Amino acid sequence: MKETKIFEKPKSMVDVTTHYCPGCTHGVAHRLVAEIIDELGIQEKTVAVAPVGCAVFLYNYINVDAYEAAHGRAPAVASACKRLLPDSIVFSYQGDGDLASIGMAEIVHAANRGEHITVVFLNNAIYGMTGGQMAPTTLVGQKATTCPLGRDPKLAGYPIRMCEMLSTLQAPAYIARVSVAKPKYTLKAKEALRKAFQTQIDGKGFSFVEILSTCPTNWGLRPVDATNWLEEHMMPEFPLGEFKTPA
Amino acid sequence: MGKRFLMKGNEALAEAAIHAGCKYFFGYPITPQNEIPEYMSKKLPEIGGVYLQAESEVAAINMIFGAAGTGKRVMTSSSSPGVSLMSEGISYIAGAELPCVLMNIMRGGPGLGGILPSQSDYFQATRGGGHGDYRLLVLAPSTVQEAVDLTMLAFNLAEKYRSPVMILADGFMGQMMEAVEFKETHMDGLPDPAEWAVGYMKQRGSRALVKSLYLDPEELETHNWKLQAKYAEMTKNEKRHETYLADDAEILIAAYGTVARIARTSINELRAEGIKVGLFRPISLFPFPYEPLEALPKSVKQILTVEMSCGQMIEDVRLGVGKDMPVSMYGRVGGMTPSVEEIKDQVRKALGR
Ligand SMILES: Cc1ncc(C[n+]2csc(CCOP(=O)(O)OP(=O)(O)O)c2C)c(N)n1
Ligand code: SF4
Ligand SMILES: [Mg+2]
Repeated sequence: MKETKIFEKPKSMVDVTTHYCPGCTHGVAHRLVAEIIDELGIQEKTVAVAPVGCAVFLYNYINVDAYEAAHGRAPAVASACKRLLPDSIVFSYQGDGDLASIGMAEIVHAANRGEHITVVFLNNAIYGMTGGQMAPTTLVGQKATTCPLGRDPKLAGYPIRMCEMLSTLQAPAYIARVSVAKPKYTLKAKEALRKAFQTQIDGKGFSFVEILSTCPTNWGLRPVDATNWLEEHMMPEFPLGEFKTPA
Repeated sequence: MGKRFLMKGNEALAEAAIHAGCKYFFGYPITPQNEIPEYMSKKLPEIGGVYLQAESEVAAINMIFGAAGTGKRVMTSSSSPGVSLMSEGISYIAGAELPCVLMNIMRGGPGLGGILPSQSDYFQATRGGGHGDYRLLVLAPSTVQEAVDLTMLAFNLAEKYRSPVMILADGFMGQMMEAVEFKETHMDGLPDPAEWAVGYMKQRGSRALVKSLYLDPEELETHNWKLQAKYAEMTKNEKRHETYLADDAEILIAAYGTVARIARTSINELRAEGIKVGLFRPISLFPFPYEPLEALPKSVKQILTVEMSCGQMIEDVRLGVGKDMPVSMYGRVGGMTPSVEEIKDQVRKALGR
């Protein structure tokens, strides 16, 4: 019988096992980015900027030129790289602590300048890498190691909605929130990533894709339960959809 | 002699960078260095470069990280509080072995301090500032012409060692007007960015990684020793200093930057009174030129360090001369400057005259 290959690893993805925990969706997000890079044929001119967070080793899995930025500073690194290499396709990949806490100034200003970069924002409502501390996106009542009784808005405020906030700015061209928790969301996530990279290729400006993601380890849930928890609790707080699309 | 231009120190520093081939500037406004970004914002777009006003010094230094990773000549400038804010990024730049030029036009501290000239960031510049075992190559000009020459040299050295180089000057240098000449500088054998920078994946056939994380302690140790070997090379090759009337001096003034310039006038006037006084002026602060202090002329019986700080460079002077040579210190701080007369008085006092 003649075999036809219908599924394979993206070319720009390195053939290694990732360090992610079982059920972590960072890996799914990486794969989608790699598929888009392949489909757009931009591997050799793509530059990745990795964050500080669980995705710091992004460059071990996606085979493109890459920087490892200081915690939260990826948009500044990416902005400068793109300005010096305007023909490159530059993207940052950042967690919620990285982007919405320590790096808030850098993301807001890169967006506001309309930098021609793409930002992939992994929101898992927790500090994964450092062991489950409260993030700016942690839900009200959600337990974390630094809010053991659950996030109390009187003490710690409310989860920050980055897409909504950045959408108040005039410059950004594409802003969307997607999820990779279940296959039915993943296809849409891929389309959003494609649009985001295409926005950059077309020279239309800043593009931003927030991906609601799981962290079973620090949520204290089994992988399947984590995907359900994301659907039930995160999605109402962080509604999916496109917030801005290029003219 | 080439064409000479009458320029303010800060503008001369900026123009020197452009002459050295720097087309990319990222920074955040702070007095007393604002003429540098202002000059760059006008000139760089005219030559196809990039001027970008960052949202903070934190962002600015990380833009330098991103820009330097492309292998092109890039720079930022700031003043003391801004450099404090940049320190994390400078450590990352050193760790990732990126070439770039940083300028600190020092003002008085600590905290918000003041806006007048100071030399109180000597420790920060030469002893780290950021975390980890890294060094900056630090050059301290004392005239506007020297600021121009050292800036042009700084870009070559940054590339040669793939390391950040700092021009450490004070607010006087930034504001002073002098005639300067831009001499062409060229250094042979500089590494080709295509070998290591991002943006050459197609040409090189493999990707570049700009990073400083080594979770394996053995690897991180190896990386650290590699950096140290580089600093040892700098120490071997890049020490610079000047002496003035030192050969028969009884007392030597140790001073750098603007203070060295004031001290020269004091020395000329004291010499006219018959007092044998000379000058030792380090030009590179890291690597510090210890050797001339280790082998002082026999006539020298003591050293007077003069700084616009409470006593920072004096520690390197002491390291150089050893414990048998008396070293005293005269400092003015907070934007106050030692005057020619004050330095003369200090010398007379030290000699008991
Ligand atoms: C300046 C600085 N502060 C703190 C840290 C420690 N740190 C590393 S990762 C991290 C949080 C990462 O969380 P997030 O961005 O949400 O990424 P995740 O691991 O959840 O994907 C923190 C606080 C650091 N590396 N640098
Ligand atoms: S800690 Fe959480 S975010 Fe990090 S790899 Fe594990 S599951 Fe993923
Ligand atoms: Mg997170």
